[in-house]
Amino acid sequence: MYGRKVKLRFFFIIFVFLTLILSVFLVLKSLEENVVYFKSPSDVKLIKELENKKIRVGGMVKKNSIEMSSDELNFIITDFKNEIYVTYSGVVPNLFSEGKGVVAEGYLKDRSFFNASKILAKHDENYMPPEVKEALGEK
Amino acid sequence: MYSFIGYYSLILGLIISLPIFFFSIKNLKNNKILDNKIISFSFIQLLLVVISFFGLILSFVHSDFSNETVFNNSHTTKPLFYKISGTWGNHEGSLLLWLLVLTLFIFIFLIKSKNLLKNYRILTLLFQQIIIIGFFFFLIKSSNPFNYVYPIPIEGLGLNPILQDPALAIHPPILYLGYVGSSIIFSSVLAATTLDYISKTWAIHIKNWILVSWIFLTLGILLGSIWAYYELGWGGFWFWDPVENVSLMPWLALTTLLHCVLVLEKRSALSSWVIILSITTFTLSMCGTFLVRSGILNSVHTFANDPERGLFILTFLFILIFISLFIFFVFHKTDKQNLVSFSLLSKETFIIINNWFMMYFLSVVLIGTVYPIFLDVISSEQISVGPPFYHKLIIPFLIPFLIFMAIGPQLKWIKSKLEGKLYLVALFILSILISFFILRNLGTQLLLNTILIGSAFYLFFITTRDLFSKKFKNIAQNLSHLGFSLLILSILFNNIFSREVITNLKVGEKFKNDKFQIVFNDLKKSEEKNYISFKGYFSIKENKNEEKLEPELRVYNQPNIITSEADIKTTFLSDKFITMNTVQNEEYFNIRYQVKPFILWIWLSVLLISLGGTMSLFKKKFYEK
Repeated sequence: MYGRKVKLRFFFIIFVFLTLILSVFLVLKSLEENVVYFKSPSDVKLIKELENKKIRVGGMVKKNSIEMSSDELNFIITDFKNEIYVTYSGVVPNLFSEGKGVVAEGYLKDRSFFNASKILAKHDENYMPPEVKEALGEK
Repeated sequence: MYSFIGYYSLILGLIISLPIFFFSIKNLKNNKILDNKIISFSFIQLLLVVISFFGLILSFVHSDFSNETVFNNSHTTKPLFYKISGTWGNHEGSLLLWLLVLTLFIFIFLIKSKNLLKNYRILTLLFQQIIIIGFFFFLIKSSNPFNYVYPIPIEGLGLNPILQDPALAIHPPILYLGYVGSSIIFSSVLAATTLDYISKTWAIHIKNWILVSWIFLTLGILLGSIWAYYELGWGGFWFWDPVENVSLMPWLALTTLLHCVLVLEKRSALSSWVIILSITTFTLSMCGTFLVRSGILNSVHTFANDPERGLFILTFLFILIFISLFIFFVFHKTDKQNLVSFSLLSKETFIIINNWFMMYFLSVVLIGTVYPIFLDVISSEQISVGPPFYHKLIIPFLIPFLIFMAIGPQLKWIKSKLEGKLYLVALFILSILISFFILRNLGTQLLLNTILIGSAFYLFFITTRDLFSKKFKNIAQNLSHLGFSLLILSILFNNIFSREVITNLKVGEKFKNDKFQIVFNDLKKSEEKNYISFKGYFSIKENKNEEKLEPELRVYNQPNIITSEADIKTTFLSDKFITMNTVQNEEYFNIRYQVKPFILWIWLSVLLISLGGTMSLFKKKFYEK
């Protein structure tokens, strides 16, 4: 009934749509799985159910809280209302120091212990991770 | 003084746009040839921007702190080289550089396009002028590089030390040549659409511009990547950081355009697609510069700090997109030879498939980069999208992409036959076998890795065969494709065979596991011109090979920043990479030692890719003569 040309074009459009739907689906699905949420220590305290999902925790490194050994680094992140203990083994960025802002990425053991797998490096002495600024500003 | 000259020549430059507009519009209707006044005025405009740019450079060289940009980004103790490169290491200066390249390119365009339609040249100039005027206003109104500070400060705030690096000094100009090159493509595509001039001649002419910006963009990304590798001290070359992604997106669009314009050149088809891609590329380039320089990418909140800048660029971008879409829908007529047809097994089909995949990769990167910004605006929930997202969505699709990339160039235009193409299958089996042989001892993800590396080998073998059997006829394309296969291979091998040790050590201590032994021998302090250096002396043993490495910590005086300088021993097959970090008031130093195979190959293969582009550019020149 229709010419070969029309048919071809029809199939082409269907093909375009299918791949489009497929890729949107894929993208959304992996976004859901791979997105890392940012929380302040106070947010962490409010979590109802602990999920085994990677998150970021940010705030200030509490004064006199850093302890270092040959394979571990322990410190406390505070937002001046709540605190969270962090254990970490890995590379420490140079700007990591007491009384400065920090963002740690990893998994929660419970509401006050955090196992960090990465500490984020930012390269500016005045730099305060915007999330941290906001977390601190909320109080 | 220099700022004064710089500022006023900037304003004069903007005023010059008036006569350019006037004579161009007059010239559109009458006269057969292009009025020389237009070229002269374009030259004057270029000259004024050059003067303005030099004004800024000289202010930096003389540390004139009455200039706000200099005050914010320079310091008297900084080495001269970095004083100069500081000129474009900030928002204002980099925009001035953009403007400089914009005016430079349109001038080159006017000189180089003598054989083309007069009205097409004028219209391209006019569209380019719209962009140029936009940038002039933006510079003068909201990002003036020549703002005056009073009282005049004695000392500047200094340039971030990690930016004081030779690779990063030339990275922005090279990258901008690529970004801004796409503005010519944009203006010219609009002009050509308006005049219904999209044709074979036009395709041949615009292909050179596409190649030029593509080569520079490739090199610019390469430089940035090399810098990140040795300066940031993470031992990686690509982090899927938003700042990197915004340079990758125009590259993907430009690469797609480069392939698709070939179809237009050879077969006069896909013209709408060429137009859309050209517009996309330029939009992405402008977004790239804007997002990096305005700080939106770190957070949407910095946006609020300077709403004027953000608003201006967004409005400007919106106007440009509106104009281009308007022109596209009103003036563009679909391919005149609408009967262009080709079989499923032809070069055209494979180029469309290539475009298909490229657009998919582009959307993945775009969504990953933009989604966090949107989510923050909409729900104020803060998230980040990390490498796993990109890896998961891109790596599996690389397999068909590589295979199609290998087969595509073997086909003919319109229709080709499968006869005599048995080698395609034979080489594929061979590649998979080789890949399996290399990886068989590796437990994890054996199947995926085997097929992936197999496909990359496949592309490698087929392209190499092509290179020699066709007697270098297709050398440009072959080199680029060869470079791409090598790039993928080296990245994959680098990923699979990297090893690392992270530990905390005091001076004199020793770390040992079953593979490595790391001894922290000594720490020496010395004073340099603008920093104090602490050098660590390490000896590292792996399978009886001993290596001495000396990473460094630098404490810069202005601004007061500590940086770690990695020590890297590069060999043909692998890099040994060590960094040392300090934690305040602790005797322990944080040590990271990495063995990274094939790093040198990653850089070389990207160079090969852009070399292919350069060959193509000069081959064209050669034929024209």
